[in-house]
Amino acid sequence: MSYQGKFRVWRGDDSGGALEDFTVEVNEGEVVLDIIHRLQATQTPDLAVRWNCKAGKCGSCSAEINGRPRLLCMTRMSVFEESETITVTPMRTFPIIRDLVTDVSFNYTKAREVPSFTPPKDLAPGEYRMQQVDVERSQEFRKCIECFLCQNTCHVVRDHEENKEAFSGPRFLMRVAELEMHPLDTADRVDQAQDDHGLGLCNITKCCSEVCPEHIHITDNALIPMKERVADRKYDPIVWLGNKLFKRS
Amino acid sequence: MPELERHSFDVLVIGAGGAGLRAAIEAREHGLRTAVLCKSLFGKAHTVMAEGGIAAAMGNANESDNWQVHFRDTMRGGKFLNNWRMAELHAQEAPQRVWELETYGALFDRTKDGRISQRNFGGHEYPRLAHVGDRTGLELIRTLQQKIVSLQQDDFKEFGDYEARLRVFQEFTVTELAKDGDKIAGAFGYWRESGRFVLFEAPAVILATGGIGKSFKVTSNSWEYTGDGHALAMRAGASLINMEFIQFHPTGMVWPPSVKGILVTESVRGDGGVLRNSEGKRFMFDYIPEVFKDKYADNEEEADRWYTDQANNRRPPELLPRDEVARAINSEVKAERGSPHGGVFLDVSTRLPAEEIRRRLPSMHHQFKELADVDITAQPMEVGPTCHYVMGGVEVDPDTGSSSVPGLFAAGEVSGGMHGSNRLGGNSLSDLLVFGRRAGAGAAEYVRALGDRPAVAEDAVTEARATALKPFQQEGGENPYTLHMELQQSMNDLVGIIRRQGEMEEALQRLEKLKERARSLTVEGHQQFNPGWHLALDLRNMLLVSECVAKAALLRTESRGGHTRDDHPSMDAEWRRKLLVCTADGDGATVTEKPQIPIRNDLLDLFERTELEKYLTAEELS
Repeated sequence: MSYQGKFRVWRGDDSGGALEDFTVEVNEGEVVLDIIHRLQATQTPDLAVRWNCKAGKCGSCSAEINGRPRLLCMTRMSVFEESETITVTPMRTFPIIRDLVTDVSFNYTKAREVPSFTPPKDLAPGEYRMQQVDVERSQEFRKCIECFLCQNTCHVVRDHEENKEAFSGPRFLMRVAELEMHPLDTADRVDQAQDDHGLGLCNITKCCSEVCPEHIHITDNALIPMKERVADRKYDPIVWLGNKLFKRS
Repeated sequence: MPELERHSFDVLVIGAGGAGLRAAIEAREHGLRTAVLCKSLFGKAHTVMAEGGIAAAMGNANESDNWQVHFRDTMRGGKFLNNWRMAELHAQEAPQRVWELETYGALFDRTKDGRISQRNFGGHEYPRLAHVGDRTGLELIRTLQQKIVSLQQDDFKEFGDYEARLRVFQEFTVTELAKDGDKIAGAFGYWRESGRFVLFEAPAVILATGGIGKSFKVTSNSWEYTGDGHALAMRAGASLINMEFIQFHPTGMVWPPSVKGILVTESVRGDGGVLRNSEGKRFMFDYIPEVFKDKYADNEEEADRWYTDQANNRRPPELLPRDEVARAINSEVKAERGSPHGGVFLDVSTRLPAEEIRRRLPSMHHQFKELADVDITAQPMEVGPTCHYVMGGVEVDPDTGSSSVPGLFAAGEVSGGMHGSNRLGGNSLSDLLVFGRRAGAGAAEYVRALGDRPAVAEDAVTEARATALKPFQQEGGENPYTLHMELQQSMNDLVGIIRRQGEMEEALQRLEKLKERARSLTVEGHQQFNPGWHLALDLRNMLLVSECVAKAALLRTESRGGHTRDDHPSMDAEWRRKLLVCTADGDGATVTEKPQIPIRNDLLDLFERTELEKYLTAEELS
């Protein structure tokens, strides 16, 4: 059941690098991360790769396989032909540190810019009451494992460094939506989404949803409903008039 | 030599899983400048892998539940070897810690009346586990991560600096603790990304580094679990207890080989899943031990009735504590009644409608579908035991998490005592929160009461740097990956789920040889993000901790919880009164006996005398 597989892996650092060719053993049932580990153990002990749980739960081993953003641990070798050369490259949207490891600090910066959960002041711990049907909307978004593949694939920032300042990316726009839909959150997040996190830059091409390893409906369930709320608030003429007349900001 | 990066904090927390983050939150809320140092990215710690839930006697699903019942279950699960004070604090405080998570933004699954839903789990008398489907660990880690961000946002408002009082150093490994006299003075380590060294000066260090599973071949643990905290504590002069007790989770994946060991949550059984052998038999009915006979059903009809009527039926034996189930699976496989790939069958497909399985066990459904081509709504899973958790760890004061070294604290899996000889499912996440918070408060109290700050001696820094760089300076030595594989194979084969004197003696001989070979490890390349070098440094910790496990296991001539001796198959009440204590001795470990602390009388009174007779000596009962 074993065969010799052909791999091209990007190696280098922030000063540059190149694809290197390897021939390496592949066994039944293996995933791409197993092959990267075999390379480390047998040919390239210093090949840098991030990984952790190896079960698709922690979102550490994000990379691009044959150009597609994927988790290395959830990409089975059986989806490829034995004769195929498999190309593994680091995520393109983030600066290279070394080999397959990128600097994902952009995401941690954006996470800090989303105001945190704001609980009701009059509820003590243990007094929270919520219905399952109401928590389920936000629960879907909390399945996010922060692999940042959606951030990596989103064309607003993928080849547009200049948008990174204004745009938080699908992961953190979804976080805003998650808090907006939290049954007990008291903060108003509609204006924030548009003004502080760049929701308007998203033109719903659904690339983020397509690469999500957790199959979260990022666009349909988080981004579009947020856009609708923004439209209701900012662009509905009756609401606009009401705001003018009654001086609501 | 490049300039050494230096930082000064009040409290260092090593590890960013549930215990580390909860400890950091507490220390920061006490007003202390706190740093979290973690090997992975922030939010990726192993806690994320916890699936089933957090045990807390909130009584939402069954009003009869309370802390006393939870305490009893925990002591029974640990075969009464637990540190009773830790088990008491844990059972009492777990509900508050869970409710507190809701104020941080956690969204647990709900009951019909809007409270937190609770599910059944092995060894717990009532449905007790707060959960979010089968991804509770992810919810816990994300919630704590977001709470840390929220505290940083508060600091930004106050000081204009997110990191004014709470800073996370991610992808950072600590290699040594520093001391000034008998007191902790700081920690030394390196950025994994650049390989640059850093010295942290701090009067208090909280270890929250998790477990040791990466010393075993088949494990549910990630690469981070190399026993760093256990080894750091020993080298700093602290002691470990209960290291012979390793939990082999009964249900890990067995196929395909690349995922062997990955966890299959106990919730599958809690929600109705059953274990069958190759003959289709629910074999767990044959493995109910004497001490649990009155609590577990001996026939399928009663076991099945229990899911809907717990008051009038005994529990299904699939929900026995994990050590019992793991041993039973091991025996079935040995008797050649296993599944094609050397496990047994875990079936939920004939027990629940497909849609219900997808709703309750979404990540199991996903995991089997993507990694093994198995649809768990239509087919059984193949499962077998996998090294999952170490009950042993740093000996701590239950109330403050303080070790015997002033300024050194430990919480979570790296600490020992709470779970005795075997941990119940769901008691880990609650342990992290209860004792993470207590260690954070304990460290804050210690720092406040401390006079002069301890200082780190410069020659200690020079030595730590030299030790870390040694693998680069040697040529022709061995590859760390080879040594690691041999260590894992030895521990798995010789100090695994079933143990024998001769095999453990052989393991110790092999460990000596591995230690010798580890002195001349050679690493290629440079210091920047070099996994070969990282492994070489982690190996030192794994070897030390493995020696503790093997030596303690050899000494304990009885079987109890996560320590099963083929040559001493029964439990011995005299051994319940003894703890095995590991301390560092040169680059090895020494194990000595120490009397167990007797259980307080009012806690003993929570049990029937007939039950206590199964565990305690006549002398203790008189």
